[in-house]
Amino acid sequence: MHTAETRTLSEADSKALLAEHDVPFAPERVVSGTSDAVEAAAELGFPVVVKLCGDTISHKTERGLVRLNLGDTSAVEAAASELLALATPDDGRVALLVAPMVTGHRELIAGLHLDPIFGMTVMLGVGGVLAEVVADVVFRLVPISVVDACEMIDGLEAQKFLGPFRGEPEVDRQALIGVLTGLSAAAMARDDLVSADLNPLIVSDGRPVAVDALVELSV
Amino acid sequence: MVGRVHFDALFDPKGVVVAGASSHPGKFGFVSLHNILRGGYQGRVQATNLNGETVLGIETVASLDDLDDGSFDLVFVCTPASTSLDLLRAAHRKGAKAVFLTNAGYGEAGESGQRAQDQLVAVAEELDMLVAGPNGQGVVSTPSNLCAQIVAPYPPAGGIGLASQSGNFVSSFMNYATASGIGISRAVSAGNAAQVTVGDYLEYFAGDEATSVGLAYIEGVGDGRELYERFRTIAEKMPLVVVRGGATAGGAQAAASHTGALAADDAVFDGMCAQAGVVRAPTIESAFDIAATFATQPLPKGPNTCVLTTAGGWGVVTADAIHRSSLTLMDLPADLRDAIDAKLPPRWSRSNPVDLAGAETRDTIPEVMQMIAEHPDVDAIVYIGLGIQTNQATLMKTGPYYPEHGTGRIVEFHERQDERYAAAACDISVATGKPILTATELAVTNPSNSGPAAVRTSGRFCYPSSNRAVAALDAVWRTVLHRAARAS
Repeated sequence: MHTAETRTLSEADSKALLAEHDVPFAPERVVSGTSDAVEAAAELGFPVVVKLCGDTISHKTERGLVRLNLGDTSAVEAAASELLALATPDDGRVALLVAPMVTGHRELIAGLHLDPIFGMTVMLGVGGVLAEVVADVVFRLVPISVVDACEMIDGLEAQKFLGPFRGEPEVDRQALIGVLTGLSAAAMARDDLVSADLNPLIVSDGRPVAVDALVELSV
Repeated sequence: MVGRVHFDALFDPKGVVVAGASSHPGKFGFVSLHNILRGGYQGRVQATNLNGETVLGIETVASLDDLDDGSFDLVFVCTPASTSLDLLRAAHRKGAKAVFLTNAGYGEAGESGQRAQDQLVAVAEELDMLVAGPNGQGVVSTPSNLCAQIVAPYPPAGGIGLASQSGNFVSSFMNYATASGIGISRAVSAGNAAQVTVGDYLEYFAGDEATSVGLAYIEGVGDGRELYERFRTIAEKMPLVVVRGGATAGGAQAAASHTGALAADDAVFDGMCAQAGVVRAPTIESAFDIAATFATQPLPKGPNTCVLTTAGGWGVVTADAIHRSSLTLMDLPADLRDAIDAKLPPRWSRSNPVDLAGAETRDTIPEVMQMIAEHPDVDAIVYIGLGIQTNQATLMKTGPYYPEHGTGRIVEFHERQDERYAAAACDISVATGKPILTATELAVTNPSNSGPAAVRTSGRFCYPSSNRAVAALDAVWRTVLHRAARAS
């Protein structure tokens, strides 16, 4: 079991680290103030999400630091100033993360996990609030090939979940393969990587989009 | 470093010594010598005994030092752990390369035992010897007619190479081998696996001409990465079927990440096997079913499976099992349907499952089976219904009217027909290079029924149910897929 001390990266830094290894993410902006947030939202197109983001903030939803579905300038402005006001001294340096509002009926989860016996692993699972109850997950040891990634996707029990679903197209397998091989590549490149979560990976119009990321590094 | 020469000494020794042979028929020192002699081992058999008694006709000596140099390769040790190191050194002086230790009191017995075990390994390495066990039940090697074990049975010869962390599961697998006739090449109980692990044995089997498929039971995994690399290398050379005990013991691990919370030990092991191309079987019996299938059937070239049955319900349940698997319950090709139409009255199913619905006459089953197997779209057949004629014959034979009233003649006919069907399933499979799996519960409910008996005679495995046949074929097909995906 990994016992050494670890630290987590902010959502934006987590995404940046993984994106270097071709894990795909939606475009987003990290800004420091309210007016920049409004500008970023206008660039990305409404509706947007605004989150308070920082290295030590790992449970944003629980703390109410995520504002969803902001449809216009005034909504962004209000949310941004409220979020900045919620920052505590313990949070250290904080920023606002502005991202397009991603919607979809399906959530997946993907990540990296350092197994005490088998070392670094890539994981794919069915996400959402029931994820831990359903426990429909597959693991492979890093590094994985494209074939391994395909077999991971095929290995999920809930295959119907990946097909056409409630008017949405089937999950884009190539994009999902890219997520998994990207995670594997990140783990290969960074031996200080202890864990990574892409949770949730919202399936939006068939494309899996990681709307949150949390990377844990050894200190 | 243990290598081929050491494994050859363990599995194909030119001479064996039982150290600590006993005249008491309940002691390991008697049982192992008995089993070696009983198994028909052709090499030289010698034994030691402190009192120099004659045991089972073997004149024992007090010490290995009293034996001729180079007269044995393997020492099978039934004396206490305190004697192991001296025996190892004495065996080495005589030119032996392998020692099997049945004695206990090592790693399983706390800290001092673990120290003794570490010392054992150090001495073995220093002397360039293989130490199997300690705390193991023995070794079986049918190419050498070697049954050096303190347990039964001695299985028939065959292609399955067996290595187990639990000696009793070696016996369990060999019991299945004995009952089914699907034989064993080598079998070894790894015991505490102090020096030589299950992975080491499997690696040897992968390069062993007598072994066509590996079968293993494991519990603890030491170095997971090493095991993965091993498994992958082995699986490239031979199919490998693994059962893991204690798989559900390790729950989800406490972790900061959601991924970690979902990382139950078992799910990671599962993924490791899938990635390595190893078949992970959920149970001992399914592991044997799958290993027996690899050992006896040609590999399917595709998923298209056809069911041949003499009765409806059997076919329906088999079709259900295929639907739940990675196999395909193929549509019956029109030309095949027309060809069968020409053979049968119209009440047959005219679809897959091919249900003959009692419309068969003397030659129908072999003929239809051949038509199906020869059709280019068909990749595999599951055949159900074998043995029902003999079942009736048995009832007649054991009744008061036999052999009068024509029962003598019909009994003979029924038994001969089931023998023909079983032989046809094997012959047609060999001729077409396609798997044909025969399933009937008579394989276990009445193994002397001439149907399952003839399957055994043909060298094939008679599956105790169509579900088990489909599950085994499914595992084999997944292995074919795994290889194909990596071949390009």
